[in-house]
Amino acid sequence: MAQQTTAARAQLQTERARPAQRTKAIHGQRRAFWLFIGPFLIGLVVFVYFPIIWSAFLSFFDAQGTVTPTRFVGLGNYVTMLSDKAFVSSLVTFTAFAVLIVPTTFVLSLFLAVLVNRVRVARAFFRSVFFLPTACSYVVASLIWKLSIFNGVRFGMANTLLGWIGVEPISWLSSLDPPWYWLVIVTARLWLQAGFYMILFLAALQNINPELYEAAFVDGAKPGWQVFRHITLPLLRPTSISVLLLCLIAAYQAFDEFYNLLGAVEYARPPLVYLYQLALGSQQNFGLGSAGSLILAAIIAVVTVLQGKILGFGRPSD
Amino acid sequence: MMTPPANPSRRAVLGGALGLAAAGVLGACGSNKGTGATTGGSSGTKVSLSQWYHQYGEKGTQEAAKKYAAEYTGAGVQIQWIPGDYPAKLSSGLSSGNGPDAFESHLERSLVSSGQIVPLDDLIADVKDDYSEGDLAANSIDGKLYSIPMINDPQMIYYRKSLFEAKGIKPPQTVDDLIAAAKELSDKSVKGLFAGNDANNTGGGLFPAAIYATGGRLLTPEHKVGFDPAKVAEVLVKLRKLSADKSLLLGAPTDWWDPSAINQNLCAMQWIGMWAVPGMTTALGADDLGVFPFPAADGGKPAVISGGWSAFVSAKSKNVDAAKAFTKWLWVEKTDLQEDWSLSYGFHIPPRKSLAAKASKLQSGPAAESVKLNTEYGVQGNPNWTPAMNTALTDAVTRVIGKGADPEKELAGAVKKVTTELDKIFG
Repeated sequence: MAQQTTAARAQLQTERARPAQRTKAIHGQRRAFWLFIGPFLIGLVVFVYFPIIWSAFLSFFDAQGTVTPTRFVGLGNYVTMLSDKAFVSSLVTFTAFAVLIVPTTFVLSLFLAVLVNRVRVARAFFRSVFFLPTACSYVVASLIWKLSIFNGVRFGMANTLLGWIGVEPISWLSSLDPPWYWLVIVTARLWLQAGFYMILFLAALQNINPELYEAAFVDGAKPGWQVFRHITLPLLRPTSISVLLLCLIAAYQAFDEFYNLLGAVEYARPPLVYLYQLALGSQQNFGLGSAGSLILAAIIAVVTVLQGKILGFGRPSD
Repeated sequence: MMTPPANPSRRAVLGGALGLAAAGVLGACGSNKGTGATTGGSSGTKVSLSQWYHQYGEKGTQEAAKKYAAEYTGAGVQIQWIPGDYPAKLSSGLSSGNGPDAFESHLERSLVSSGQIVPLDDLIADVKDDYSEGDLAANSIDGKLYSIPMINDPQMIYYRKSLFEAKGIKPPQTVDDLIAAAKELSDKSVKGLFAGNDANNTGGGLFPAAIYATGGRLLTPEHKVGFDPAKVAEVLVKLRKLSADKSLLLGAPTDWWDPSAINQNLCAMQWIGMWAVPGMTTALGADDLGVFPFPAADGGKPAVISGGWSAFVSAKSKNVDAAKAFTKWLWVEKTDLQEDWSLSYGFHIPPRKSLAAKASKLQSGPAAESVKLNTEYGVQGNPNWTPAMNTALTDAVTRVIGKGADPEKELAGAVKKVTTELDKIFG
């Protein structure tokens, strides 16, 4: 009996000790959490959130050549930006770019994914070949496009090919009639980003249950376009919507290829290039630049939400 | 004396490692700033200065800049050779306080109004008479000198005499002559004129020479718009014809400031600066290289753009006095180094009149002709012409030359915007 009582006491003490150990473990976990997350959180606050808040603050002030506000102008910077022909024109340039790049990227990456998915040999090789350009810098790709493939002299790669069929050299980057620079810009970005979206589609394609195709064939569906349209495409819907959203946001963020291929010319200057020129380039107008960047951020947010609503992003059925 | 524990705990090791990493990061930040740091040595502590240059194209210039810095004994001078968009990088550096102590640039009013540079009148007080009035004006704002002229770079049109002679063409006297010559000289392998890879839209190097050729200027001394939009509209419409005639070389691997295009026989004429004369004479021979200014527009006169670079001292430098002393030493006192910088790599006109007068390399051939044209027709930049004004005008010019927009309407819009900017500055 006494032995039983002693054992019971010992067990009781152990159980009493457990919450303390658990608490210690939780403290340890918390410490580890902050140890690993803390530096990144500090970086996020210092380099992302604080600049955004400061930029919002600056947008109500005159601040040229300094990031310290000098004179309160209220909504003046917003009015100036919205009535600025160059800024509005940059939004038009973006729209043209988005109209060109979003559908072409979608179609090309889906096509590549289907192609790679069907390959029976060396699938990893082809997947890598198409994905590799994603690792290339936009600046480097732009320079290759500008200096080697699409330079305007007779010995540029594209002009050499055209020369073989008797076509005169084309000034790819400065021709406005027709605007050949779009071909250069769009192909550069397609080369750089199609591989990434291809991987997303490929993952989605590999998640489709093969039994669905077998059932379709049993029901008389013809392989090829019919099966693709009625089985594959609907099952890729969540991925397709994500790809379209990501493509649109990436299109808004276009900077590197425009800046490196064309500089800051009036006819092909997307919003980020114009804002760079205004705020971080030689103008150094941080007040106006901040107002412009907040207007752009608002446009991106609204368009993304609208696109998500229209396409049904996040519906329960997805 | 403290001794380290024999068996440090994991926490102590981790803490030590983090401490070392932090020290490393802070150390890196310190050495990267290049301002205000001191360097130790056998001679004790010495001020360390950072001097920024844009990337010159002429071979040997970077080494020369480093050599000058090494010769200076008053401070340790680190040279930063900045490729790419130098004005943007410089602006960010100066605004953020992580910029140079001493640097080269072009004077703009915003540098003064935002307190980024210091006046340098005292540096040239003893030799002020040795600078031209034009140079002093281009480097002064509100009567104070903010930069010391380092080099003058006249820009005009250089051409292949042999190609002109083969077609019986004389150097153009009018804008119409230039257009006709460019068309006549163009064939499948050679284009008439290279003025920039986007000259068919922006005018390239021909802008703002086209404005000066009408007799106008960007701004008047009274801070008003200095050109007649109607006259400028006429020239812009003519420049559009160069593109329509397919007379322009476009999309070359390098742009108008590099002589590769004319040296490789891709064009018969090139808008470029005198800095390229040594490279062009080596490639083409001095006898085959001619030069003429941008021709006169109706009722105007020929124009040469008198560009150049000047030396500045950052107001945010922690060693303003040391940076001023170095700038004075290099760009005022050391005339032998100034002469070397102007004449040993590309050709530039030394701003000091005494040095220009004895610059023997500029006294013959295309260089001598360039100097003469610059004296006769050179127009210097106006420090009150801001980047915002420039964007407004170049956008209008692009819409006129590139898209065929109504020139008078576009120029009226640009003039309105420039006037608004002027009102903001001068009230």
